[in-house]
Amino acid sequence: MDREINMGKANLEVFSETLQHIAESNRDLLVVTSDSRGSGKLVPFAQRFPDQLVEVGIAEQNLVGISAGLASTGKQVFAVSPACFLTARSLEQIKNDVTYSDNAVTVVGISAGVSYGALGSTHHSLHDYAVLRAIHNIIVCAPADNFETAEAVRQATALNQPVYLRFGKRPMPLLRKDVPFALGKGRVLQEGKDLAIVATGEMVHPALEAAALLKESADIVTTVISMHTVKPLDTELLAQVAAAGMPILTVEEHSVYGGMGEACASFLLQEGFHNRFQVMGIPDEYTVTGSQQEIFDHYGLNGQGIMETAQQLLGVSQEK
Amino acid sequence: MKESLAKKSIEYRKRILKYIYKAKAGHTGGSLSCVDVLNVLYNRIMNVGPANFDSPDRDRYVQSKGHCVEALFVVLADQGFFPESELETLCQYNSHFIGHPTRKVPGVEQNTGALGHGLSLSVGMAIAAKLDKKDYQVFTLMGDGELAEGSNWEAALTASHYKLDNLCAIVDYNRLQISAPTRDVCNTDPVADKFRSFGWEVVEVDGHDVDELEATFRKLPFVPGKPSLVIAHTVKGKGISYMENVLKWHHGVPNEDQYEQAQKELDSALLAL
Repeated sequence: MDREINMGKANLEVFSETLQHIAESNRDLLVVTSDSRGSGKLVPFAQRFPDQLVEVGIAEQNLVGISAGLASTGKQVFAVSPACFLTARSLEQIKNDVTYSDNAVTVVGISAGVSYGALGSTHHSLHDYAVLRAIHNIIVCAPADNFETAEAVRQATALNQPVYLRFGKRPMPLLRKDVPFALGKGRVLQEGKDLAIVATGEMVHPALEAAALLKESADIVTTVISMHTVKPLDTELLAQVAAAGMPILTVEEHSVYGGMGEACASFLLQEGFHNRFQVMGIPDEYTVTGSQQEIFDHYGLNGQGIMETAQQLLGVSQEK
Repeated sequence: MKESLAKKSIEYRKRILKYIYKAKAGHTGGSLSCVDVLNVLYNRIMNVGPANFDSPDRDRYVQSKGHCVEALFVVLADQGFFPESELETLCQYNSHFIGHPTRKVPGVEQNTGALGHGLSLSVGMAIAAKLDKKDYQVFTLMGDGELAEGSNWEAALTASHYKLDNLCAIVDYNRLQISAPTRDVCNTDPVADKFRSFGWEVVEVDGHDVDELEATFRKLPFVPGKPSLVIAHTVKGKGISYMENVLKWHHGVPNEDQYEQAQKELDSALLAL
């Protein structure tokens, strides 16, 4: 199944292209960067729209505060910086200047999760869903592929309210485009009856790989959901899946604490659903050194690893 | 004109104390130190009021030292943004008059309260004015203690980098912060030299002399192409004999006797005008 999926671009490149497209007819669109135009794939944007890019230097708190001030005047602002710094160092500016003051900034965390690989924990953002989930008045979204990225950027621009978009830096496979995308609504990429895998961001593709392996190895038919919007969570869809009685496995490039999986668990438990349930993510430990893929492999965040965890959750033999 | 502004300052002080006394909470000393600056800005300098608050061309005021909100609320009520009687609910259950500026209160430009945020917000607004070729001015009021927040210096760099001569920051230089004199907590002096070295034009004034304040603000920008800083030399607790330069009045609330004495002192000051 996986072999049929074509490789696309890095979501960040699509983000930049989409912004350029919007900027062609929207002079109020501004990108604010903290010496991050290169890593944000924004050099083409800067070349085409030099008056619509505000550079603040390596100063993330200032980046977000200035973005909020710009947005207060009616500008449509994308504040772009590595997710690790943006959602930690400038968290107070996100909390106060963006969300509390209701300035419609789209906060864009780039090279998120463990995209920076062996650069280590200073450069990883495994906390961003957790901290932003606890802050009122911000949508938290991690697009899975190029299609979701373009749609999320367009919809965030139109919404005129605080949004956090999270992007990795590696090229992503092209997934289905025939399932509509709407912020706040999960996308069912395939329907099954035995298991549901709810994944977010760049974990959606390995979830699909795991589903294919489960089908091949044990004829297990899996529902796979791209839960791109971590907040507000699509509880309606979750309830539908849970009501069908399937075990639910969540997968995210984030700490197992406080992320999408725990958001699902909280909802399901409080609604009285007691489906078998497992959260996959990065465990609470010093993250192993390696490339992004090596880190994924180490923690079983790949097709094979997700399949094995799913089999344990289902209580089926891992032998073919 | 001098009497009029000077009189307003005293009346503002009376109201600040009235509502802090009623709420049994507030940042008394700092509100009394910065209120003359607010008086001059709102009554003489800024083009902003209830009639044009939705206008994209209005001047902007961001109170970075948000805790001195009582001064701001009293001045905004006087400008007609809301009936002053609403301040009776200050800090009470379910009131939108909380202990820091909030946009739920008409006339408040930005929600503040965490220190070190106002200058970046103001830089954003000032950049927007430059991009849109609008001539509105952006003012932000900071405390001298607040200058220990590193984010201010990030914003100070950006302001001069972008030549934001439409931006004026004011430091309410009262030399006291919550736990001790600023020079003993984390010395921020020399403030003027620091900002000058960051590319700002700095003017130091008596922060209680409304004429000098007005004359100073009328010279903005002090130098074309440079952001402006006004260091307003002030007295924390200004106007009340037993509060002036006394640390505990940072957020001290007067008891009944103290409140009556304070109002008497201000009444006497009004008579002496």
